[in-house]
Amino acid sequence: MKSVIAENLVKTYDKGKVRALDGLSLDVEEGTVLGVLGPNGAGKTTTVRILATLLNPDSGHATVAGIDVIKNPSKVREVIGLSGQYAAVDETLTGWDNLTMFSRLYHLSPTAAKKRASELLEQFSLTDAAKRSIKTYSGGMRRRLDLAASLIVKPKILFLDEPTTGLDPRGRIEMWEVIQGLVKDGTTLLLTTQYLEEADQLANEIAVIDHGKVIARGTSDQLKKEVGGERLEIVAEAKDLNQVAEIVGKVSGGKVLVEEGSRQVSAPVTTGSRALIEAVRSLDDLGIHPLDIALKRPSLDDVFIALTGHVAEEKKSEELDAKEKRGRRK
Amino acid sequence: MIKYAISDSLIITKRQLLQLIRVPEVLIFSTIQPVMFVLLFRYVFGGSISTGIPGVDYVQLLMPGIFVQTVAFTLAGTAVGLAEDMQKGLIDRFRSLPISRSAVVFGRTLGDGALNIVVLAVMGLAGYAVGWRPSSGFFNVLLGFAFLLLFGFAMAWVGVLIGLSVRSARVANAAVFIAVFPLTFLSNAFAPTTGMPKALQYFAEWNPVSTMVAGCRELFGLQNIFGVTANSWPSQNPLEMSLIYMVIIMAIFIPLSVRKYINTASK
Repeated sequence: MKSVIAENLVKTYDKGKVRALDGLSLDVEEGTVLGVLGPNGAGKTTTVRILATLLNPDSGHATVAGIDVIKNPSKVREVIGLSGQYAAVDETLTGWDNLTMFSRLYHLSPTAAKKRASELLEQFSLTDAAKRSIKTYSGGMRRRLDLAASLIVKPKILFLDEPTTGLDPRGRIEMWEVIQGLVKDGTTLLLTTQYLEEADQLANEIAVIDHGKVIARGTSDQLKKEVGGERLEIVAEAKDLNQVAEIVGKVSGGKVLVEEGSRQVSAPVTTGSRALIEAVRSLDDLGIHPLDIALKRPSLDDVFIALTGHVAEEKKSEELDAKEKRGRRK
Repeated sequence: MIKYAISDSLIITKRQLLQLIRVPEVLIFSTIQPVMFVLLFRYVFGGSISTGIPGVDYVQLLMPGIFVQTVAFTLAGTAVGLAEDMQKGLIDRFRSLPISRSAVVFGRTLGDGALNIVVLAVMGLAGYAVGWRPSSGFFNVLLGFAFLLLFGFAMAWVGVLIGLSVRSARVANAAVFIAVFPLTFLSNAFAPTTGMPKALQYFAEWNPVSTMVAGCRELFGLQNIFGVTANSWPSQNPLEMSLIYMVIIMAIFIPLSVRKYINTASK
């Protein structure tokens, strides 16, 4: 069953001059995580805002849990949780105030709201900070509170818009653990990110978007394969390079690349770990001890460059970026 | 449905009152300012403006003027508060919740209206301290304050529309100032309108701030002496005219604001 379906979404700003979404389609299988990967201004936030009923598309249609987001937005709101790029909690209030308020707005009784607030604070390791103003929270704590606020009624489908943008490495890893915990409990998750590593870590499937369109999708492995197969890479001492190149050539059958400077020999291989074992055996027979030997698969960075022709970073088009931001009322 | 619409609004109002408890500075400063106005006008202008009526000093006329000015500025708080919520993404979160579409704006205007109770009470005490003595009896004074609160509530709805229309809290603040400041001064609030050029006199006479001020003066036991420049209906019937204005403001701005709230999302 598909929990989220988006078909041909188009959204323009400034009377059609800026196309934030240009026929975007995607879907998320129930109980899985789809990572929407793309640079700033690619249309990630716009997509999430449409699916979370905050924005109407110019054309196209979308369903969440089988409910039409344009025709029946209030029904959709009952089954989703949304946690945005900017921690949308009331900073002047405490963590406790925020969670009880949002619980009440989800129509829990006062008693149930208090109970749920303590549960969530506990779950997200915020109990100690419960009575402190959000202003005193670290970036990671804020994000966790924001996420907690979107989980009050245990939504079936969760949208996370760049959940770790702006967090330090520790905050990011903590957030990942929290998200992985949710996924284990069976929540369907659509997550946007501009971090390739994050999509790799958290998502079952990845949709790469650029200029408001999905330009590739698949598992992280599939995407990597699409870009090119594995390479055998050996770093050895300078005196051994020739012999190593010979061995690599035999194992690979492809074009061998020797980089004298980094003393690295590499070549494409098709037989996976077998090639690695073969190479190790041959090296051992000759008594050569390589400094490093590895089977390298292309990283998602390589994938992104191969697909879009540019690195996954802020796009030059500042205008589009500004529109996107205005769309989300930054 | 209706039950939720009301309880959702009240939860939003509660949030605002909670903010005042968590950050008491807001409340302190929003009361200091009007009190400062009371003192400044009382002692700076009080000596040089004559009421023209023996036995009635300036402060009696001034207090209703400052009350009205203060509640008229309610919309500043509303506009800035909403613009901030918008900027910070809180409005997005509220909008992704299964709550009544008008709860956020209704809750907001109620909260800002409630804040006026505190502000007016403090101002009233400050006024009393500098010689303001309403002479109309307890019931009429209470009615006067109720009148002021209603006006503040109506103005808050103007603030909702401004707050949701501008792009940042700063802009909201500036926009409100430009809109409201002239209104409060092109009126009978602080000085007789008779000194103004003819065209301004007419404007001042029909200005809702003037009718409010005149209405409050009546309720606090004074003749409406500041600004009867013609025998026009608003200056003869300030209370009725003020009520009509409030109904008009709410009839226009409540639906507009609610629609704006719903549509800002789906543009």
